[in-house]
Amino acid sequence: MNYETISTFATSWGLVYLMVLFVGVAVYAFWPRNKDKFDKAARMPLEEDDR
Amino acid sequence: MQTEAHAKNDPRWDMLFAPAIFVVAFLLAFVAAAKSPEPQMQIQAWTFLAATALVLVWWVRRYAEGIPADDSSPYANDVIKAGVIAAMFWGIAGMLVGLIIALQLAFPNIFYFPDLPFTNFGRMRPLHTSAVIFAFGGNVLIATSFYVVQRTCHARLAGGVWSWFVFWGYQIFILIAGTGYLIGVTQAREYAEPEWYADLWLTLVWVTYLLVFLGTIWKRKEPHIYVANWFYLAFIVTIAMLHIVNNLAVPISWLSTKSYSAFSGVQDALIQWWYGHNAVGFFLTAGFLAIMYYFIPKQAQRPVYSYRLSIVHFWSLIFIYIWAGPHHLHYTALPNWAQTLGMTFSIMLWMPSWGGMINGLMTLSGAWDKLRTDPILRMLVVSVAFYGMSTFEGPVMSIKAVNSLSHYTDWTIGHVHSGALGWVGFVSFGALYCLVPWLWKRERLYSTALVEWHFWISTIGIVFYITSMWVSGIMQGLMWRAYNEFGFLEYSFVETVAAMHPYYVIRAFGGLLYLSGTLIMAYNLWRTARGDIRLAEPLALKPQLATA
Repeated sequence: MNYETISTFATSWGLVYLMVLFVGVAVYAFWPRNKDKFDKAARMPLEEDDR
Repeated sequence: MQTEAHAKNDPRWDMLFAPAIFVVAFLLAFVAAAKSPEPQMQIQAWTFLAATALVLVWWVRRYAEGIPADDSSPYANDVIKAGVIAAMFWGIAGMLVGLIIALQLAFPNIFYFPDLPFTNFGRMRPLHTSAVIFAFGGNVLIATSFYVVQRTCHARLAGGVWSWFVFWGYQIFILIAGTGYLIGVTQAREYAEPEWYADLWLTLVWVTYLLVFLGTIWKRKEPHIYVANWFYLAFIVTIAMLHIVNNLAVPISWLSTKSYSAFSGVQDALIQWWYGHNAVGFFLTAGFLAIMYYFIPKQAQRPVYSYRLSIVHFWSLIFIYIWAGPHHLHYTALPNWAQTLGMTFSIMLWMPSWGGMINGLMTLSGAWDKLRTDPILRMLVVSVAFYGMSTFEGPVMSIKAVNSLSHYTDWTIGHVHSGALGWVGFVSFGALYCLVPWLWKRERLYSTALVEWHFWISTIGIVFYITSMWVSGIMQGLMWRAYNEFGFLEYSFVETVAAMHPYYVIRAFGGLLYLSGTLIMAYNLWRTARGDIRLAEPLALKPQLATA
């Protein structure tokens, strides 16, 4: 494995890997069915009060 | 609560094994103290031995008369209280050392005594950085993570007394590291100066911390894992990875403090800055973002502005940050493509950083008026503003053309401190002001007016600090690269040093103000924990009630 192989791999598959990951995260975050779960989660710090 | 009752009858192995580690450590330290021919190793070993002995005394005193009430309450609080006290102690110590070395830079002979080598700047500087980052920041992170993970998982800390092992083990690490620097023990790796035995001890403590945190998430009663816990988890896991790889080293003997790194040359440099920059990214950023995502909504009594954004924020931040380290090695022997990669990923960091900043600030939607009455919330919000400012400045400085001016100058110091004093410091202070009344079950702080004083004194201190370092750094960079008409350098090095003197005085003054603010906070928190209420501020004026 020489420098050329690694740099070609990094500039091609590295890009694909990060793009796929980002799209996956965005899809998860904006998936309509998750909306209720996330709206509820946004209030989580406000629920617990054991003072 | 049948499971809890059942758990009480199980044998408490944690009660046996956690203190047993201190006993083993005590014995190993005894062997090292007795056998090592090196005076430095003897001092380190005796210090280690004394510290483990004190912890064991504490342990026996705590559990001698049966299990304390805190050990069976729904949430473990005592270990968090201990973390708050430790953070205050190390914070004052670390900032005081910072002030001393700032004065040494302005007035080289002040507080320096040739007969006392530990007063040398070279030994005190890592003491300052480690004390404020790892001792102050680390204790804030451990304490707040233990607080937040229990509340958002509706579960008690996992592992019984192992959380106490984490707390005391971490304090011992700090003690060994800090006293080691003063007697000249160092690996000379930025932010990773402690030698191999301290690193091994920290690995043990840190893996236990990870297991306690994961175990608490594992037994959560809330199906969703709150975003703050994701940030804490990324911080703990990544620091474990960075710490282990960066500290791969071979000691010259089991009884010596000296070790050699497994890496050499430019690979070693890259490993060091892969560690160093991600210590910034995961210790000083991800961990404190977790604080932001819990304490700002809590104190503002508003939900997180966009939970979706927080998810995108989290994943993009952690996957981009890990590549940014090479920007510390511009124009060095590091291959050019690696420098460009570090620069590119640093610039990409603008997006998640500002996304997170906007999310934190906009959480105040509908509650902006609270900034006028609640200085704690103001502190938290100003910290997020500083976060935005320093994460804008960082990528700018990572651009090669800018870096050719800024690198090795005071601009870097100013940048680091706008992040450290403004972001990490203020978000920690805000969290501590919240935590103390919550943990000690007080109606409110001893004095809100003192928080106002702290806020303004420290904010002015930061402004003095960073503006003086900007001017000094850019001037320094320009003087270094100035040529005269014959192609010779215009200034000798010492002329640039002399030119920086006034800015060093201003910087030390800024540091003095910042430390003064911290002392005001320590007094206020101490009075709060005691249960005092300042008479001039009756309970009815409690600002939180006005809008509740």
